[in-house]
Amino acid sequence: MNFTEEQINRYSRHIILPEVGGKGQQKISNGKVLIIGAGGLGAPAALYLAAGGVGTIGIADGDEVDLTNLQRQIIHHTPDVGRPKVISAREKIQQINPDVNVITYQTRVDSRNILEIMKDYDVVMDGTDNFAAKFLINDAAVMAGKPLIHGGILRFVGQIFTIVPGETACYRCVFLSPPPPNAVPTCKEAGVLGAIAGQIGVLQAIEALKLIIGIGKPLKNRLLTYDALKLKWREIGLKKNPDCPLCGENPKIRSLIDYEQTVCELK
Amino acid sequence: MSDIKVDAVLDITNEVCPMTFVKTKLKLETMEPGQHLEVVLCDGEPLRNVPRSLKEEGHKIVGTKKEGNRFHLIVEKGM
Repeated sequence: MNFTEEQINRYSRHIILPEVGGKGQQKISNGKVLIIGAGGLGAPAALYLAAGGVGTIGIADGDEVDLTNLQRQIIHHTPDVGRPKVISAREKIQQINPDVNVITYQTRVDSRNILEIMKDYDVVMDGTDNFAAKFLINDAAVMAGKPLIHGGILRFVGQIFTIVPGETACYRCVFLSPPPPNAVPTCKEAGVLGAIAGQIGVLQAIEALKLIIGIGKPLKNRLLTYDALKLKWREIGLKKNPDCPLCGENPKIRSLIDYEQTVCELK
Repeated sequence: MSDIKVDAVLDITNEVCPMTFVKTKLKLETMEPGQHLEVVLCDGEPLRNVPRSLKEEGHKIVGTKKEGNRFHLIVEKGM
């Protein structure tokens, strides 16, 4: 452990925790988290992971900040409208914590680039807003053997679960394939309470930290759903699906798929 | 307490809560279970809080000595 006086001060509330200590903080400092999507989920997660001292944070997003994003994507501020999200996010992370090495990927992930982007990270966090990306990220994480923290939000509800390839149910074990285009409305069409993004994104950050430090019980084989209007959490037990087309006994999916996105999602 | 072999000494008289405990904890993390750390600390808040926090984390206070307005704690690292 080689903390500076400033780092000992900065991370003192972590170090005091019996489950973390200096050794846990060192693991956080050595940790590498890839956040795909610098939007509603990625924004709060990136801020907390940065504040907590995660040594390397990768951010992949091809979009620019839009005025409609600011209601929930709290890493982006009003003057950032029109700027690339990854640049805006990197600036805020460095302002919060200059210890963090931020690696930006100003691109939409697809079947050609995602494995290359993922390869150096310990944990992947899905902060995307569409099924095409969610299936692509799941498939790539399972193929690359990277733990993945899935999250999703719409209107007043959210969901989260943690996927450890080979050990737990993956996204496809539960949801075999994307719904037909336009069968499920997007946030743009259906709306979303901005703070829900914070609720789920911060939980994803907590899961990432637990995995990096190696403490507690991650949300393995447990899908947690959240309904803000009723203020109810529900936990649904999952198990690996032997018929999963990706990680089942006779997998049919051997390469990454770029599903079509609806026109609305592409703007 | 003179018959206990001290493996390391840490002076936290210039620190305030919570850094008193944080520094002590970080030092103990570099040591092996069963080894002894002598902690030099001030009376008052540090003396009230540091030994309690150390015990909560499974360490033992095996000796104390007062020297002017400073205290010397001998801490045995727990498992």
